[in-house]
Amino acid sequence: MNEMDNKWIGKNTIRPDGADKVTGRAEYGADTIMPGMIWGKVLRSPYPHATIKSINTKKAEELDGVFSVATSADCVDFPVDTPVILGIQDIRWMARNVLAKEKALFHGHPIAAVAARTEEIAEKACELIEVDYVVHPWAIEIDDAIKPDAPILHDFIKFDGKPSNIAGTLEHKKGNIEEGFKDADIIIEKEFETAAVHQGYLETHACLVSVSPDDRTTIWSSSQGQFMVRAMTSFITGIPQSSIRAIPAEIGGGFGGKTIVYLEPVATILSKKSGRPVKMVMTREEVMRASGPTSGSKSKVKIGAKNNGKITAAQGTFYLQAGAFPGAPIRGAAGCCLAPYDIPNAHTFGYDVVSNRSKVAAYRAPGAPIGAYAVECVLDEVAEALKMCPLEFRLKNAAKEGTKAVHGPTYPVMGYVETLEACLSHPHYKAPLKKLQGRGYASGFWFNAGGESSAQVNITEDGNVVVTTGHPDIGGSRASIANITAELLGIDVNRVSVLIGDTATIGFSNLTGGSRVLFASALVVTESTNQVIDILKDRASKIWNIDKEAIEWENGEARPAGDNAGKFKPLSLVELAEQATPTGGPIGAGHQVNTVGAEGGFATHICDVEVDIELGIARVIRYTAAQDVGKAIHPAYVEGQLQGGVVQGIGWALNEEYIYNKEGKLDNPGFLDYRIPVCSDLPMIDTILVEVPNPQHPQGVRGVGEVPIVPPLSAIANAIYNAIGTRFYSLPMSPPKVLEKISD
Amino acid sequence: MSEVKFISPETIEQAVDAYSKSSKEGNTKILAGGTDLLVQIRSGISQPDTIIDIKNIKELKEISNDNGSYTIGAAVAGAVLDEEEDFGNNWPGVLEALKLIGSEQIQGRASLGGNLCNASPAGDSVPALIASGATVKIQGPEGERKMPIESFHVGPGKTNLKNGEIVVNFQFPKKQKHSGDAYLRMIPRTEMDIAVVGCAVNVTIENDKCVDARVALGAVAPTALLIEDASKALIGSNFEKKAVEKAALACEAACNPIDDKRGTISYRKKVSKVLFKRALEKAIERAKRG
Ligand SMILES: Cc1cc2nc3c(=O)[nH]c(=O)nc-3n(C[C@H](O)[C@H](O)[C@H](O)COP(=O)(O)OP(=O)(O)OC[C@H]3O[C@@H](n4cnc5c(N)ncnc54)[C@H](O)[C@@H]3O)c2cc1C
Repeated sequence: MNEMDNKWIGKNTIRPDGADKVTGRAEYGADTIMPGMIWGKVLRSPYPHATIKSINTKKAEELDGVFSVATSADCVDFPVDTPVILGIQDIRWMARNVLAKEKALFHGHPIAAVAARTEEIAEKACELIEVDYVVHPWAIEIDDAIKPDAPILHDFIKFDGKPSNIAGTLEHKKGNIEEGFKDADIIIEKEFETAAVHQGYLETHACLVSVSPDDRTTIWSSSQGQFMVRAMTSFITGIPQSSIRAIPAEIGGGFGGKTIVYLEPVATILSKKSGRPVKMVMTREEVMRASGPTSGSKSKVKIGAKNNGKITAAQGTFYLQAGAFPGAPIRGAAGCCLAPYDIPNAHTFGYDVVSNRSKVAAYRAPGAPIGAYAVECVLDEVAEALKMCPLEFRLKNAAKEGTKAVHGPTYPVMGYVETLEACLSHPHYKAPLKKLQGRGYASGFWFNAGGESSAQVNITEDGNVVVTTGHPDIGGSRASIANITAELLGIDVNRVSVLIGDTATIGFSNLTGGSRVLFASALVVTESTNQVIDILKDRASKIWNIDKEAIEWENGEARPAGDNAGKFKPLSLVELAEQATPTGGPIGAGHQVNTVGAEGGFATHICDVEVDIELGIARVIRYTAAQDVGKAIHPAYVEGQLQGGVVQGIGWALNEEYIYNKEGKLDNPGFLDYRIPVCSDLPMIDTILVEVPNPQHPQGVRGVGEVPIVPPLSAIANAIYNAIGTRFYSLPMSPPKVLEKISD
Repeated sequence: MSEVKFISPETIEQAVDAYSKSSKEGNTKILAGGTDLLVQIRSGISQPDTIIDIKNIKELKEISNDNGSYTIGAAVAGAVLDEEEDFGNNWPGVLEALKLIGSEQIQGRASLGGNLCNASPAGDSVPALIASGATVKIQGPEGERKMPIESFHVGPGKTNLKNGEIVVNFQFPKKQKHSGDAYLRMIPRTEMDIAVVGCAVNVTIENDKCVDARVALGAVAPTALLIEDASKALIGSNFEKKAVEKAALACEAACNPIDDKRGTISYRKKVSKVLFKRALEKAIERAKRG
């Protein structure tokens, strides 16, 4: 396909979910209701760390209006010594996160749940549950969790042979760093800290579950993967996957936070025990206290370079909070932090640290912003010491096709250099700055992913198209799939309708995460559509009685080609659909496969800030994000992804943080004191879509959704330094912190 | 929350009567715009069994101007006062403080009376009301009384209102020639946030000299404060650096804040000085214009 001739790919077509969303018709997690439905509520731990000796639910069960009560005794038992891996999660931990078993490990940890006629009764009943706790000392911060006499969360976790809160490590090595640092003319080493931050999706977790007497279970919920919901619920409740139908709702934001379950298994148990459909909706406070933020961290990064600007060695150590159960995204920190650079000698090391916080969940490029923050800030210092422009310095060390990355792979065609060049030639790069304004730069990388995907493409009797895929649409996949299908079939995009199937109506599809969905589903949709085109040619060949090979599909119609060219009047999709029954029956095709060939994404950002040095307020006043997006199938959506990632990065850098009080409880569980940016805090975020197509994908798609949150933390820190000459090594750079440091 | 009795009286007398009676029997709450009350009910902080809506009482919704002296009903919404063109010309500081409350939607409901009676140390309109020199008219079972705003609060969430008393309106002094007021607050975001420090200044100038000054701070102590030492430092001065600095130090000295998630003590103290100077500058500029 010659891309200049593209009719739909690369066009900002009207989003298929738009009308429903702006008119309030779209059905989100909390919108489904059923006759006979009752309400579930969760009793949560009042302590950050306690052994649960017993739970007495008798009084709650006896309360008028209560139908059922659930505790971990109702869940399948997963012994702590046997891993049960599902994707990047371990069901041992997932089950204990959903309903605490041996111990309550954070304030807000679910202990039991009640289903009752109303939410109020369910809440009252929760208060009647008697829990006998033995309260333990707790550790919230990393330093408190890894000191020698730290309270141990899980006795069976050992590090260096001793019980420890370090649940795992990961390292990447290349070359010989001792030699590399010896070669360096200048070495800079710094330590950094970041606070735990929440994904901040507007829609709180919600579900409705109905279990029939024969255990057939239907789940309506908002998640990033209906198949993930089915599998996790099945594991935890023991109901086979074949008996569970998980129906995805529209999703009001997830950003990784909805790649695991919290409520669905609990509601399933409550429904099974009561015989009633059970609905559960978290409050914002519950979301903040008990659903995953991403890790807070501390790290140390050392980089050496020669006077000519070549980096000789880099070393990074990253401690990431996992929350109550193992699984901090250390791979993102240690694996992505040096990925944009061609560095001969490098070593990165990550520690997965458990502490008495809610279990972390994925958040947009999990771990990568943390790693990049430390590395990109040190790079800025090295560039300054070498008196080089930070972008030129990065250009000099940029990874290219053929570079062996520190995290392992040898890169194929990639567009990192192009993002640097795009920034260097953008007007923003040269725009004048006023007093107390500064400019910072940073780059970032995210792996992106492939994985399982299924699609079905059906031609309707009236000659239109219905495409079904299996991934919840969070970033615009329906619009992009419609563009691709219309392009391949050569028909108007409005004749293509794209739906998200439930677990009973489409084949297994892995969850929406890792920036994988358009990459993977475009592959299976392309294959399915090509099969459909093949069938259509076959039908035309039957009607015309000529060889299928002598037929071309062009512009939405079958045309006789070669020797037969011009002999018959072309047959349109509508005409072929009309004749589907006599020519062989329904027309459609599906494809399901484990997709491979996903390639990483790179970005470079330019950020301007202005600092009010009397109040300590740093405001972002201009921002430009350049990113290798592979191919922008629907550019407005791609821009939206870049802008959204940057905005979340700005929040992370400037004001967002989990604040714990002296009792080990989160002190700011709401949007008033957990400050995500509001519109008036932000400038327009400019985007530069660099397109270096992924050669391993029919449309050239790379993931785009996660890379944009990687550079902002350091771009902003570097810009603040440029504005006022003070470097900050701890996030968030909130007004009290900034003012304290600059008045010193 | 189970059942709640909702009363919507049309006169102050009815309201006071109902309020003092039902307060004896249970937990009764006055409802103006409800932008504080409803949030408190939803989060379980407040669990009234009777709610008295005062928005149907004429006097509480009235705006009047008696030869330059404004009287503003306690339940007048921010958006309504904003449309009263001349009020903003007289008391731009009070109006800008009121308009900082919440968003467009909140402005359609939020009232000065609610902001005052809610008694949050961070309430935005309160320092501006104090600086303006306004008094509040209160009516209760024992009759009517008046009070300067700075005497109204006792502590966070606590007021000097007695059982059965409601706030009827705010009475502003006649605006002096060449006077101007201003209010500024520090918030980490640009909107939808709660003041870490708020500062209001109201000055009157004659022949380049400061002849009157009132300075008030919010969010730096259990209640909003009138900073009399700041007034003293300014009155009689030409706003020369020394006087301004002295007044700023008075602001800092008056601060008795807490260390909390919204800001540290040292941060609040530093910021109170900065905001004072900036608000003063704005007030002077306005005073010179009018
Ligand atoms: C999203 C949001 C943002 C906000 N932002 C801000 C902000 O930036 N700054 C700020 O200061 N506030 C803010 N608030 C708080 C609130 O909007 C203000 O305090 C507002 O002025 C309250 O007015 P109201 O009429 O809604 O009061 P209500 O909620 O009706 O009443 C508040 C309290 O005062 C009592 N009361 C009300 N009127 C009287 C009366 N006449 N006599 C006796 N008692 C009375 C009530 O019983 C209640 O206890 C915000 C609130 C929300 C929901």
